[in-house]
Amino acid sequence: MKIVPYFALAAIAAISVGLASCSKETPPAAAKKEAPPAVAKKEVIKIGVFEPLTGANGAGGADEYDGVKLANKLFPEVLGKKIELVVVDNKSDKVEAANAATVLAQKEKVNAVIGSWGSSLSMSGGPVFAEAKIPAVAVSATNPAVTLGNEYYFRVCFLDPFQGVVGATYAFETLKAKKVAIIREVSNDYSVGLAKFFADSFVKLTGDAASIVATADYNTGDQDFTAQLTNIKQFGPDAIFAPGNYTESALIIKQARALGIDAQFIGGDTWDYNVFLDVGGQAVEGAVLSTFFANDVPINKTSEAFLKSFREEYKKEPPAVAALGYDAYLVILDAIKRANSDDPQKIRDALAQTKDFEGSAGSITINAERNADKAAVFKTVKDGKFIFLTTVKPQ
Amino acid sequence: MDLQTLLQQFVNALSLGSLYALLAIGYTMVYGVLRLINFAHGDVFMIGGYLAFYGVSLFAMPWWLAACLAVALTTLFGVGLERAAYRPLRDSPRISIMISAIGASFLIENLGIVLFDARPKAFAVPGPFAANHVIGGLHVAAVSLIIPVVTTVLLAILLWIVYRTKTGMAMRAVSTDIEAARLMAIDVDRIVSITFAIGSALAAIGGILWALKYPRLEPLMGIMPGLKCFIAAVVGGIGSIAGAVLGGLLLGVIELMTVAVLPGLTGYKDAFAFILLIAVLLVRPAGLLGKNQGEKV
Repeated sequence: MKIVPYFALAAIAAISVGLASCSKETPPAAAKKEAPPAVAKKEVIKIGVFEPLTGANGAGGADEYDGVKLANKLFPEVLGKKIELVVVDNKSDKVEAANAATVLAQKEKVNAVIGSWGSSLSMSGGPVFAEAKIPAVAVSATNPAVTLGNEYYFRVCFLDPFQGVVGATYAFETLKAKKVAIIREVSNDYSVGLAKFFADSFVKLTGDAASIVATADYNTGDQDFTAQLTNIKQFGPDAIFAPGNYTESALIIKQARALGIDAQFIGGDTWDYNVFLDVGGQAVEGAVLSTFFANDVPINKTSEAFLKSFREEYKKEPPAVAALGYDAYLVILDAIKRANSDDPQKIRDALAQTKDFEGSAGSITINAERNADKAAVFKTVKDGKFIFLTTVKPQ
Repeated sequence: MDLQTLLQQFVNALSLGSLYALLAIGYTMVYGVLRLINFAHGDVFMIGGYLAFYGVSLFAMPWWLAACLAVALTTLFGVGLERAAYRPLRDSPRISIMISAIGASFLIENLGIVLFDARPKAFAVPGPFAANHVIGGLHVAAVSLIIPVVTTVLLAILLWIVYRTKTGMAMRAVSTDIEAARLMAIDVDRIVSITFAIGSALAAIGGILWALKYPRLEPLMGIMPGLKCFIAAVVGGIGSIAGAVLGGLLLGVIELMTVAVLPGLTGYKDAFAFILLIAVLLVRPAGLLGKNQGEKV
């Protein structure tokens, strides 16, 4: 950016020198060649897309990116400048995520960042963005620690303490479960956090500390869960809460059914992907999950427009995180407009003031902790599809 | 833990272990003949799974045809890989060929990401493999019954080829001394190609069985199983076919029993596999069933 005015000056100087020295001849070729880029180069605003596009979370990252790309296609400009998306792949890896964030902050010098899918990955990038004073908007990272104490991280989704409470309440009141087992992805901050919020809330509801009968762990990318499930089976739980990645969770449910476990499975927003249905097949029928957005019921004009253009663009049903990716882009756009500047600090301050912004997945108001208070949606799987069950509003 | 649960855990472990064994045989075969650790073995395994997937989903083939074609194509792929990446380096220092193997592995993985897409794909499990059986109170998925049977049958065929046929005799000759084998008028190139063909076919069958057991395909799915089965082969004694089977079964049992008996250490279950490797190598540097040989990589 800084090079442009300097470049233009140099070019103008070269041309004028050329004209002065040989007034009747054509200006030197070099000057002519250099001039056009200086004129044609239009200023752009760079928005970094910080997502896992490969690895265990590749599908989640790609789905969020689909939403961001769609928003960029529909709203490509702000303040008369073109918006350029700079995509980096954080490879579903905490170390790679910190590297990818550094590329965005220091090499690309982006004005704002969207992402990442996965709380752990966002938390790796967080300190990098804070140090560079670049605002970041998490799309579907629900762990409280993502925005906690980081003045530059925002989010457009609900938080796990809320999701844990609604999940436990649903298990207790609607499913009438008395004994619940938990199986969590132990290397994933999201999964461990949500499992804890769920367990605390469920114990409070039942008044019985022994109502969580078993807690089993697995690692990201594991394929075989039969040992954990065989252990859980001994306790005969009514329901199993399994917050974790979509594909691992689908395999867990499949292997549980093969081991003759017929407990009700409950999950969180990370199940809300078509791959979950494809991998799980018949086994995931009847599974219940809490998530951000249901694509069978548009809630406002933005979601109507989003659903229509997403289906036209990608010829498939939008996953919930695509809607949130779309919203994250629009929220940043709105902040740039209100700040009337592309300065990252000013965009950050405007983001903090976001109020009643109509996003496709519900109204967004950023609170003092840089989070959005939003409702949760419950869905179940029926005939190989996600079906809307109910909406739970924040207290 | 009651007896029922213990037996169930043992069945789970056997099913995983025999899958590991199948892959470990591939490593050990190639090593036995060429003294080369084929780091791309796990990626050939991935290719096998994907080819079967595309046969069923893209070309609507019946599953058995897709599986046979996938094995055949993967075999060709393995032979081609040897031609392109290993044969030109056969007379170079061993380290060059090893680096070439690592390079080939990265190339195939990243090519997989470009061609197959990084998003995981769901493998449609055909009817006969999707069923679940209850035998004496133990729950066993049909595919978990099939895997040990397939491994045993393939092992028998392999042992027959290696110890009862002329080609097998030539393989053992090449394995002992390439130069001497060449002087005895053995076509070394042909024997190496056959070895790679067998190893790749085993990897493809392993890949398809893996996809039937864990119906999720992704381009990097071969890395961890590849690494673990390499360990299984080394623990069993690399170069020894029976050792590979033993190592694979042992690894499966240790992995699942760690989780079953010490649930608190689940996060470290892969670490146990690697600790096992170190421990065995300290006590028996040639592996459990391996023969001591002068020169190693």
